[in-house]
Amino acid sequence: MSNNGPPGPYDQLPEARVPKGNLTTAAAPSDAAGMNRRGALRVGMTAAMAVGSVALGFGLRERSGSKKTRDLPTLKDHRAEKPAGANDMAIVRGPDPAANVRRAIEALGGMGRFVKRGERVVIKPNIGWNRTPEQAANTNPDVVAEVVRLVVAAGASKVWLTDASVNTPEQCFARSGIEKAAKAAGATVIRPDASAFREVNVSGKLLRTGDVLFPFVEADRVINIPIVKQHGLSLASMSLKNWYGVLGGQRVKLHQNIHLSIIDLAAMVKPTLTILDATRILTANGPTGGSLADVKQMDTIAAGSDEVALDAFGATLLGLNPNDVGFIVEGMKAGLGTPQWQNLKTVELGG
Amino acid sequence: MFRWLRRIYQVVFLGFFLFLVVVTTAGLIRGYDVQWLLEFDPLVALTTALAAHSLHHTLLWALILIVLTLLLGRVFCAWMCPMGVLHQALGFLARKRRPPDRVKQNAPRRSHKIKYLVLAVMLGLAAAGSVQIGLLDPIASTWRGLATSVMPALGNLAFGMYQGERHFQWGTLITLVFFGALALNFVYPRFYCRVLCPLGALLGLLSKFSLFRITKNLEICKSCKFCGADCQGAADPQGTVRATECMVCLNCIEGCPRGGLSYKFLPPVRSSTTKIDLVRRKWLGAGVAGAVAVPFMRASDGVEPRPNPARIRPPGSLEESAFLEKCLKCGACMKVCPTGGLQPALQEAGIEGFWSPILIPRIGYCESNCTLCGQVCPTGAIEKLTIEKKVGEMPARPPVRIGSAFFDKGRCLPWGYQTECIVCEEVCPTSPKAIYFKMETVIGRDGKQKTLKMPFIDLDYCTGCGTCETRCPVVDRAGVRVSAANESRTPRSSISLTGGKI
Repeated sequence: MSNNGPPGPYDQLPEARVPKGNLTTAAAPSDAAGMNRRGALRVGMTAAMAVGSVALGFGLRERSGSKKTRDLPTLKDHRAEKPAGANDMAIVRGPDPAANVRRAIEALGGMGRFVKRGERVVIKPNIGWNRTPEQAANTNPDVVAEVVRLVVAAGASKVWLTDASVNTPEQCFARSGIEKAAKAAGATVIRPDASAFREVNVSGKLLRTGDVLFPFVEADRVINIPIVKQHGLSLASMSLKNWYGVLGGQRVKLHQNIHLSIIDLAAMVKPTLTILDATRILTANGPTGGSLADVKQMDTIAAGSDEVALDAFGATLLGLNPNDVGFIVEGMKAGLGTPQWQNLKTVELGG
Repeated sequence: MFRWLRRIYQVVFLGFFLFLVVVTTAGLIRGYDVQWLLEFDPLVALTTALAAHSLHHTLLWALILIVLTLLLGRVFCAWMCPMGVLHQALGFLARKRRPPDRVKQNAPRRSHKIKYLVLAVMLGLAAAGSVQIGLLDPIASTWRGLATSVMPALGNLAFGMYQGERHFQWGTLITLVFFGALALNFVYPRFYCRVLCPLGALLGLLSKFSLFRITKNLEICKSCKFCGADCQGAADPQGTVRATECMVCLNCIEGCPRGGLSYKFLPPVRSSTTKIDLVRRKWLGAGVAGAVAVPFMRASDGVEPRPNPARIRPPGSLEESAFLEKCLKCGACMKVCPTGGLQPALQEAGIEGFWSPILIPRIGYCESNCTLCGQVCPTGAIEKLTIEKKVGEMPARPPVRIGSAFFDKGRCLPWGYQTECIVCEEVCPTSPKAIYFKMETVIGRDGKQKTLKMPFIDLDYCTGCGTCETRCPVVDRAGVRVSAANESRTPRSSISLTGGKI
């Protein structure tokens, strides 16, 4: 250590660090070598931190290849058994839509054939668009209300009514007149909020999983109430196409292969009963419409459990040949039903 | 007693205000006037009338507040203003414990004159045709803060609890300004109200003439200064009461241990002062600065010379310069828009249009059967439309157009990738559809022919609603996009010759 000149900043340091007093005899307790209680505690804490951080690090480590596949729910088979001798399909024409629904269901053997006491039921109209009932872009509210009443009367313990609208749900549910009519008839109306969807297995040819409105996961029975409309890409939107409305997420991607995705969804849902609303049909500018010039009054209701047959019938109302409609052909190939509705046990009732 | 009466009023007014903000939602809104408090705001009436040379009929409500202030003084600030309540509630942040310290804290300061200069700048801007009052007006600011910052945050906190998730572009700026104004209470109580609030300044000017005033009985006063300890307006009751600053909170009357202060009809003139102590040069300077700023702003971003394609105004919006004479940027239209597509503009509408509403179709489209934005606009910047008028009936009555859609053929699935799609055609809400398709035969990569539906747009039917852009499956930048071109509010935006307007 230099003793020349004034002390520099480092000159004092070594001395300053030397503890005062005699190291060997009278050590201050904290500076003593070896373990006292405080020292042991410190060592213990440090060790715990070291062990803890190693454990946490390994615990949070992402393992490649060992990711658990999630167990997604699969929708139930909602179909009801057909009693011997019962009719397959009913077509009713008349001026009162509610009466048409009643007569059609009666002709099929009554709602009791489809809904048993205590079962939970979800009803799926088309509530896709912010349009009035007269514009025929959504299912007729009188038809919807009548179906709800019949299901309630059959003793269902829960009646949900829902659809994943394309336009703003609040406005679609209100302007279609369906929310009000369905509530009055006793349904629990579920708007498609983000929280209303559950991811499920679709297990289709094209679609593996999808986000589905929760009543479809929970319900025992599913009733489809589509409206008959012209549709640019798929030519028509009726029973099978209506299943787009159970999906949330990026469903606009489905249009890249619309017919097969329709079939995947219909095969996933396996509805109990379908009531095709042709009270007013949209013949042009579908599926949105907007002008009354696009609407044709048909005063017709068709019901049954074969969606392919019902859609084949609906296609004829739009002036289409069912064999030209891709999803009808694909539906038949997939075993969902037959387009030969005339060959089924069908009753036609006039007004 | 006064204190509690005032608090009841404040809570009732704030509750009423919050109720009106909450119900400004598709599905909750009914026929009543949700913008009542903004229409009650004389600064809104004054600036929009200065700019537009006409007064929107709903703004006649402001006359009530003008008369009330002429009668009672600046009662609005301490009894009714929703932002004032929030400021008063946050006054504890910087509140000193000892009364003598509070007297100092709540004493008049030179900086309290700044609000009068802010007002003069705003009036100057308005006189030159640019209404910027909404940036600082307490009601418009609170509206905007709640609509585009607080409520969306609540929606995100409790998923789907209220209007689901909402997003507003750079809403963080609005959050910072809104909560920044409230945080100024850390400096001293009611900093914003005393220093910056232009509505307070206007009401202060009107209070020069108020008939009821606080007055002090000098024979009773022992100059203990307790009266000034909780003065909301820093109106100097311990000296000579300043009528322009007094918010009639009545804390001075309660604070006086001897009952030396009272609120009286036509008290002796000398017991209060109406002096603001700003020389005419400063008033004029601020006003002229505001007025002169307008040509400079327009030299930067003209209203017409270079319209921004993203400046898609809500349906029923006035022609752009008339729109800027009325829009308060209060955010009510953004709040009520059912799809959430109406957003606060950043640079899209120029510096003058900062935070004014534009439609961003990628976020949400303009619902064709909906006219809610015009229903809630307090100043008529967006006109009230009927659905019949908005939708129109071609060719006799053309629809209200806010722009038009254009295909980006490199990104469109059928055009760019020979892939089936035409979601745009499906969701197009006009009848006949503005987006139509033609069958075209293309040769694929494998050399095989296939037939595809190729989408096209008919300019005559397109309203620019943007449903196609919202729903286009091509994520981020859509394959079909709307620009403001061909909007119907001014013939200068028209593209097509149909209609004959040049």
